[in-house]
Parts: sequence; C-alpha cells; structure tokens
Amino acid sequence: MAEYQNIFTRVQVRGPVHAGVPLTGAGWARLGKPNFVHLLGIFGDAQLGPIYLGATGMASLIFGFFAFEIIGLNMLASVNWNPVEFVRQLPWLALEPPAPQYGLHIPPMAEGGWWLLAGFFLTTSILLWWLRIFKRARALGMGSHTAWAFAAAIWLYLVLGFIRPLLMGHWSEAVPFGIFPHLDWTAAFSIRYGNLFYNPFHMLSIVFLYGSTLLFAMHAATVLATSRFGSEREIEQITDRGTAFERGGLFWRWTMGFNATAESIHRWAWWFAVLCPLCGGIGILLTGTVVDNWYLWGVKHGIAPPYPAMWGTVIDPATTGAGQ
Amino acid sequence: MSDWGIKFSLGAVAVVAGTLLTIAMVNGFERPPIQTAQGGFRGTGMDENYNPRTLAVEHAASVLPGVLPPLPASGPKASAAYKNVLVLGDLSVGQFTRLMASITTWVAPKQGCAYCHNTKNMADDGLYTKVVARRMIQMVQHINGDWKQHVAATGVTCYTCHRGNPVPSMIWFNEPGPEHGHGMAEAYFGKNQASGAVGDAALPYDPFTPYLEKATNIRVQSTAALPGTDSQDIKDTEATYGLMMNISQSLGVNCTYCHNSRDFSDWSQSTPQRVTAWYGIRMVRNLNNDYLNKLHDVFPANRLGPLGDAPKINCAPCHQGVFKPLFGQSQIAGFPELQGPLAPAATAQ
Repeated sequence: MAEYQNIFTRVQVRGPVHAGVPLTGAGWARLGKPNFVHLLGIFGDAQLGPIYLGATGMASLIFGFFAFEIIGLNMLASVNWNPVEFVRQLPWLALEPPAPQYGLHIPPMAEGGWWLLAGFFLTTSILLWWLRIFKRARALGMGSHTAWAFAAAIWLYLVLGFIRPLLMGHWSEAVPFGIFPHLDWTAAFSIRYGNLFYNPFHMLSIVFLYGSTLLFAMHAATVLATSRFGSEREIEQITDRGTAFERGGLFWRWTMGFNATAESIHRWAWWFAVLCPLCGGIGILLTGTVVDNWYLWGVKHGIAPPYPAMWGTVIDPATTGAGQ
Repeated sequence: MSDWGIKFSLGAVAVVAGTLLTIAMVNGFERPPIQTAQGGFRGTGMDENYNPRTLAVEHAASVLPGVLPPLPASGPKASAAYKNVLVLGDLSVGQFTRLMASITTWVAPKQGCAYCHNTKNMADDGLYTKVVARRMIQMVQHINGDWKQHVAATGVTCYTCHRGNPVPSMIWFNEPGPEHGHGMAEAYFGKNQASGAVGDAALPYDPFTPYLEKATNIRVQSTAALPGTDSQDIKDTEATYGLMMNISQSLGVNCTYCHNSRDFSDWSQSTPQRVTAWYGIRMVRNLNNDYLNKLHDVFPANRLGPLGDAPKINCAPCHQGVFKPLFGQSQIAGFPELQGPLAPAATAQ
C-alpha cells in the first residue's frame, strides 16, 4: 500500500463494473451505462455512473435550470446581449433584488421581479435536491446525516435571501445573484450593521469554519499517514490491537494526551461543519432585526477595547456648525 | 501507463492553473516592494502602503512649472489699460500680464494665448474658453479664500487640476450607464458592471451624481446598538461604499487614512484627515453646483457629457492619486491675487 504514501492518489481504484444493488420500490431506473475514466481514478473511484435521478432529482434540475436561465439571461441583457462583454464582465454581473420602496410587494419583472422568481426557482430546486439526498440515503439504509448537513447550508441560504428580508420587511435586504456583487453586498452588509466581527455568532461561525479545516487536516493526515498499514480498510481494523487505526489513535494520544476514536472524529467533523453555517445564519438573522450596530453592541457588552486617542480630539464637523 | 498518465494530468493541471494565476497576478497584483507607514495605534492596522515605483511616477508628475518673478503693484491698473477686465481689474498691468502668462503655462502651454483669446481683439469674449477661464479664476479665488478647511494655506492654482491640459483629466459627467437590454429584462440598476470609478468593484458606478452634485446622505451606519434609529439600507451602503472607494483611489490611500475600520462612522476614532475630507466633499459639491454647472450654457456641445451636462470634478482632478495634490507643494504665495476674492467691486458677476 506504499502507493498511498503520496499527496496525490496514485492508485486507480478500478474493479469490475458495478451497477449497484437492486432497486426496490423505485419508479425510476439508474441511468447511464457505467464505464471507467482514468482522470476520475486520480480523484477517486475510476467508475463513472450509473446515476439515479428519480422524480425529485429531475424536478430539482428543471427548477435549477429555470433559475440559472433567469439569472444568466438577465445578466446577458445587462450587457445589451453582447456575448463578448458577457464573458468579460461575468464576475461583475448580477441579478439585483428589488429597490427598498417595494418592501415585500411583488415588483415589476424588470425592477426585481426576475430576482424574486429566480429565488423561488432556485430555492425549490435546492429543497428538492435536499429531499432527494434524504430519500437516497434512506433507500440505501443509511442515516440522514448528509441531508442534515446540507440542511445547515440551506438554513444560511434561506436566512440571507428569504427569512431575514421577511423580518426586515424589504426584499432589498437580500443578496444579489452575482459573483462580485454578492461579495460587495457582504462587505456593505458588515459596514451598514457596524462591523460583523463583533457579532458573537459570526465569531462562532468562524471558529467552526477554521476548526473544520483544522480537524479535516488532522483527520486526513492521520488516515494517509497510516495507510502504509492499511488504515483505509477501517472495518477490518477498528477493534483490533496493533493496526493502523490504533497507531493513528496512539499518535494523537502521545502527541496531545487525548485522541478521538475512529467514530468520534467524524462526529467532531460533522458538528464543526454543520455549526459553521448554523451559527452564521443565527448571526445574520439577528443583524438589523435585533442589533443594528454590532460594534456599538460590543462596546455596550465590554468586548471592544478602547484605544488611546492618537490625534487629540477629532470632532464631527457636521455637529460644530462649521459646515458650508 | 499510470505513471505517464499521472505526469501528463498533473502537468496539464499545472499549466492551466499556472496560466490562470499568472493572468490574475499580472492584472490584479502589485509587484513588491511595499512600504508601510503606521498611522494609528498599534494593532489597529491603520497603515498606509506605498510602492516606491508608484511614488516615483507620482513625484515625477508633480514637478511644478517655474514661477515668473513677481512684478510691482504700482503703475496703471489692468482695468484702465485693457477693456473688459471684469475679475482682475485691480491688478497692475505687470501683475495682470504675469498671471495671464502663468495661466498659459498652467492650462494651455501648447495652444498659447489663442486658446482663450481672439488674438486680434484680446478683450473679445467670443471664445467660450475665455468666459470659462474667467469663471475658473473666480473659482480658484473662492477655493483659496473660502475653503481653507480643505486646502489650508497650501491653496490651489489652475495648475493643481489642469497640469498643462486645457481640459483637466479625470473630470466626470452624469452617467447614462452602459447599453443594456430593455423590455422585461432587468432594468438599469446603476451597478454590477466593472467600473474603474469604484476601484473595479461591482459597486454603483456613478458615486458622483448623488454625493458630489446632489447632497444625498452619505452616512449609513447606525449610531445606536439596537434598531430603530437608522433607516439606511444595504443599497445605500453600497453607494456610499462606491464613493469611498473612489476617494481612496483618488488619494492613493486606504480606508484607514481617515477611518478606524472597526467603526467607520465614529469620529473620535478617526484621523484629522477625515475632517479635511468632509470639507473636501462639500467643497467639490459647491464647486460643481455653483461654478461648473452654471457654465453649462457657455460650453459647446462637444464639452458636455452624454446626458448633456457640464463637466464636473471629484477628488481625482486635483489629487491625481496623491494624498495631497502635488505632494503638498504650494505655489499660492507667489500669486496673492489668487488667494481669495478681490474687492467686491472688482468681482462683478
């Protein structure tokens, strides 16, 4: 197994073509004749297909396609239907939410109606995909952990684009569909609401984000480093002494005094990953609804230290009556 | 097979990634060295970053033209010696001629006197440029006399903006926006296009009309921790953000030149430069409305913008990427006649 002692996959995982276990109680068949792709073998299993789409999968793709088209065609219209400009400016283009004066009303199509419609189609598509993941896991006799992890991300998406705008009473509070525009929105959001870094749920979200990368690095490195002893074959090793798995555990116990188990490390990873958007969503939901300026909230609660005045007293000229 | 395949695939990935990274770096990154000057309290990141290569270019572009030796105030007045001298009539003929020669150097060095004057009759107001120039002289006097909170004792001359160009670079017009689809397609939102005016962001690309011509509220941050006092929304914030990006690039400084970024709105944590900038915004608004827009009917059509408006200014024409125009070099001491409005009688109009 020395082939795994590399930061790249060097072993093509390629068995006999496997069409999968028989489907029971499904109205759809698995699509596509399975075959092997060398490039895929570099990233994972070399076998491509078959895939089970099912009713929810098909419906999700159709709704997703509508959202994609609405966003894309409006972007194309915003550069006067010029395909060259469309490609050149793609990262800057967006489908913009309605102006504030529309509140929660349905605006004319050109004034944000398309945004509302695209949001509806995209949300439906995402929720259908969630249902598909849930049903596929159940059909395989698996737990629904993947679906709930995905639901955590959907929570953050819904808070940003639906729940918080509802609470604020304005669709205009929502995020534009666009690459740079949604980043500009994020920066403007933090500025308007007095610096998101002082939002404790934003802090927690960052903890779980960075924590996830740390845990993933520790876990993945441990598995790869013990693969020369066959650690990727977890099931055979999990209860035995002297195996790669025990070595991995001992490495951490002797390095930091404590080790996760082969099962608990994945619970750690799952919760860290799920809590990142979960906390983030709570933080966004409280912004503008419960707290209007996070920095001032931080001052009020003693988490923002004062700095010495470097330039004497700087006074707002608008308050001194000196303005012209 | 597998070894060759891996090498080929990795090679292909590396070439593609390398090409994309190179494009991104050449277009978006600045080659070192970067020099940092700490401004604020330690740990606040209130630092200014300078690249000596950029500074060298800016210094080279900031060399002042020579100043003609001053001439005595004695002798006949310009108003007596020449016809149609409405603004500078109280100067002596020598002083008047010296200023005219200086303006030629500052504004129209290649075109010479004929850029503004009918050389057969210097008093003739037939050329629009002469009417504009007269109003611009009044504007310089107004800036130096009434806007000391912004220009201090350094002041400005025609050269601060013109830099030897009859039309200053970096002027702006009301923005009609790019060509876009009509009908049911998404309407013109004034943002989400690559715009040099706002540092190549997708922010609103005309941050000037609302703030530097009209007096739209710039302040968006709530001054209370809890909701109920501030109705500014995220779109307002994006517009303010666009204006601030433009100021930042016009002055070649970070946000932290004026603000402590942990609390942008708080004046007590801001630098004194923010006060100067506050007056600068109002000064530019004043000049656009009371001087440049008022010249609308004087300008020929080819000097007007795509929406038919007069050319206007923001921070860039004077600052040109430098925190103080011309790195703070002052010429105003040699030109007392530009330091403020002359006696009211002389400033007819």
